[in-house]
Amino acid sequence: MEFETDSSPFTGSTSNIASIMRQVLYALIPGIAVMFFFYGWGVLINIILAIVIALSFEVISLWLRKRPIKPFLSDYSAVVTACLFALTIPPLAPWWILMVGLFFAIVIAKHLYGGLGYNPFNPAMIGFAVLIVSFPLQMTQWIQPHFMDGYLPSLLESLHIVFNGFEVFYNLDQWDAMTMATPLDDVKIELKAGHYFSEIMQTRPYGLVSGKAWEWISLSYLIGGLWLLYKGIINWRIPVSLLFALAMTATIFGWIEPDTHPSSLFHLFSGATMLGAFFIATDPVSASTTPRGQLFYGASIGFFIYVIRTWGNYPDAVAFSVLIMNMSVPMIDYFTQPRVFGAKSEKKS
Amino acid sequence: MSKEQKYWKFHGGVHPEFHKKESTTRPIATLKLPKRLIIPIQQHIGAIPELLVKKGDYVFKGQMIAQMHKDQLGSTLHAPSSGTIASIEKHSIPHPSTLEDLCIELILDGQDDWGDCQLEAIKDFEQCDNTKLLERIENAGLVGLGGAAFPSFVKVNSSVKQGIETLVINAAECEPYITCDDLLMRERADEIIDGIRILIKLLNPKQCLIGIEDNKPEAIAAIQQASKSFDKIQVCAIPTLYPSGGEKQLIKILTGKEVAVGGIALDLGILCHNVATCCAMYKAIVKGEPLISRIVTITGDGVKQPKNIEALIGTPVSDLVAQAGGYTSKAQRLIMGGPMMGITLSNDNTPMVKASNCFLVASTASLQQAHSIHASQAQMPCIRCGKCMQACPAKLLPQQLYWHTQAKDFERVAEHKLNSCIECGCCDFVCPSHIPLVSYFRFAKSEIRAQEKLLEKSNLSRKRHEFLEFRKAREKQERDEKRRKHKEALQKKKAAMAAKKAANGGTSANDPKADAIKAALARVKAKKIAREAQVKSGH
Repeated sequence: MEFETDSSPFTGSTSNIASIMRQVLYALIPGIAVMFFFYGWGVLINIILAIVIALSFEVISLWLRKRPIKPFLSDYSAVVTACLFALTIPPLAPWWILMVGLFFAIVIAKHLYGGLGYNPFNPAMIGFAVLIVSFPLQMTQWIQPHFMDGYLPSLLESLHIVFNGFEVFYNLDQWDAMTMATPLDDVKIELKAGHYFSEIMQTRPYGLVSGKAWEWISLSYLIGGLWLLYKGIINWRIPVSLLFALAMTATIFGWIEPDTHPSSLFHLFSGATMLGAFFIATDPVSASTTPRGQLFYGASIGFFIYVIRTWGNYPDAVAFSVLIMNMSVPMIDYFTQPRVFGAKSEKKS
Repeated sequence: MSKEQKYWKFHGGVHPEFHKKESTTRPIATLKLPKRLIIPIQQHIGAIPELLVKKGDYVFKGQMIAQMHKDQLGSTLHAPSSGTIASIEKHSIPHPSTLEDLCIELILDGQDDWGDCQLEAIKDFEQCDNTKLLERIENAGLVGLGGAAFPSFVKVNSSVKQGIETLVINAAECEPYITCDDLLMRERADEIIDGIRILIKLLNPKQCLIGIEDNKPEAIAAIQQASKSFDKIQVCAIPTLYPSGGEKQLIKILTGKEVAVGGIALDLGILCHNVATCCAMYKAIVKGEPLISRIVTITGDGVKQPKNIEALIGTPVSDLVAQAGGYTSKAQRLIMGGPMMGITLSNDNTPMVKASNCFLVASTASLQQAHSIHASQAQMPCIRCGKCMQACPAKLLPQQLYWHTQAKDFERVAEHKLNSCIECGCCDFVCPSHIPLVSYFRFAKSEIRAQEKLLEKSNLSRKRHEFLEFRKAREKQERDEKRRKHKEALQKKKAAMAAKKAANGGTSANDPKADAIKAALARVKAKKIAREAQVKSGH
């Protein structure tokens, strides 16, 4: 009797890329829910619009690159990129903001480099970075969370604002009144104005450790991230080293000069720290892959987040910190190869 | 002996579905004599042995049919049963290369006649001389039965010379589906322990650790029972984790020591032998039977009655399958070994060899993990998730190795220590992108080897060329030197003669040569005169 031949191993695991990506999406649900609670329909419109645009760009790119469309479209990687990207964009931002950002994320950062698995930079962060540099105004106008003035645009109003601009309903002054800087930005401005951090925390409408909305949003990302850790989708090294390095840096500076430096808790629970630590820096394709390398990579991102937030001109620093470290990944990986089984413990020359 | 034993952990490892139950429900069956055997001449690591028989010869059971030259790495071969040699030609063998190799085709006469070829039974091995025992191990054609088929004599002999501290018996049997060692331990624990005692006598180690994965409670109990009265032997029930049966992994688990890259266990004062090899050693010494049969697992959903069979070396797989009830409709793949590291065979006319521990006949669906709807999904790009790295027992970075292999940057691949890869398949097993990583690594290894050979060759020819140039230069120099000396000597002589001439004022009165000539002339003259005088007086 004749048999087909093959090469070992003949048995394999059940996991696949799509299931990994789906788990990441599930882990985002608490964060999305809390953001929806505070910022209303704009959040969901951003996400849905981003998914549609991202998938369209994905299809077009695959088609142009003459790649099979179905397996790559069903791997959910573009959906994850779209969601992460959408969560960093202010709700009710004009539709073309998403379009431009995702063009850079999917077409430039991902497919021009060879598609899934070959992008040296985190696509969502490339999209974000392009936007924050090019359209700083649109990218910093966050609508006030609903507890501030008790009003959020309805679904229809939100759609109108996104597609036709806020001018349909409001004049510029009204719109300005409705939007505000994020706490990160706000604190920076207040500190520059000469106020003490403790003073700012008391006088501004903040929560326990950071912005009222943002501390809850951060907490929900943290919960989603812990679930990913529990599921073994991500590894503890990058998020833990990132958060630790950020907290330590903040603590040291806070210890030197407590009045002019926000607390470490403020840093941990503001802006995109938690989203970045658990969902963005852990993107396996663009992150370091060796155990020691991941510690270094995560810690460096944490450190850069602090540096750019404190001395930089941008409202947040996760995107730039991640991109800077993405660049260093090949070198980090090369120099942090683990000791192989049976190798002498001496340092390699 | 069941002292509290500390176990170490090796990095990584995976938990595939073990499928051991299928073939452990039936006792070890003995194969009825097949009509013919196909015996590959080389079944071991090392050199090809010299044939002692030719076509048409009648051989007895146990008769030596191929022999190793002394001091060569290899093993002898014996006829597994009596019969006539029908041919000695190339035949398909179970080898990853899928190439054919020289095989002896033996048509059995059904007598299973030992003739006088059975070796002397050494019942009381404890009193036997070590040299005799070693000689027997060499002559019985023993090789490692765990799968690598390394000649046992070489291993034991070098250990005897060097001395060891720990004897490790590998009974982990971590590959899915395979149960031949499990059944052997359940049914023949005493023979195994006797085999181990022979090794202990030869090597006198401080301790002997038998590593058995804890998914074989019956085997553990049997071995514990059999080894009760021997202080040095300790049964170690180790956690079930593939590939704990890898030699280096098992040594790490049991002793906490790591065999160095490129090194062997003996460097650490450890000798590791497979449990089935110990049983074969017992047979060779106590019963006087060379290695002519072994226990092999026939299993998978492709055979009707999965079981373990004690079969003669050289039995075609088709006979083994027939003994296991024949094929089912699901027989899609024929694998020698297990699903993680086995090799597929293209047809069942192939014989079993000394290294065959299992023949797995299975459907492709059953080989994939259960509940795996996506397992048949196409290969996707690597997303560097690092699952492979977490699973790698050699602590390599398979994702990086894959990346550089794809780029054919073999220098980088070598820098990432590909030579430490044991091809256990763990990385492949866990990969969510379903990349055949091990295949890539085998390719890279062969490329690196080819490059090294090329480099060696060019280095050699460069050396040769350099030596040629050196030799030419040296010869020229020697020639010149000789010429110069010659010239000098000549000139000296000339100068000396000229000086003499000048000193004697041009006359040759005192010249010894001239005197000699004069003297000689005078002698000749005197002789002439004397002869003339004689002639005259005679008349």
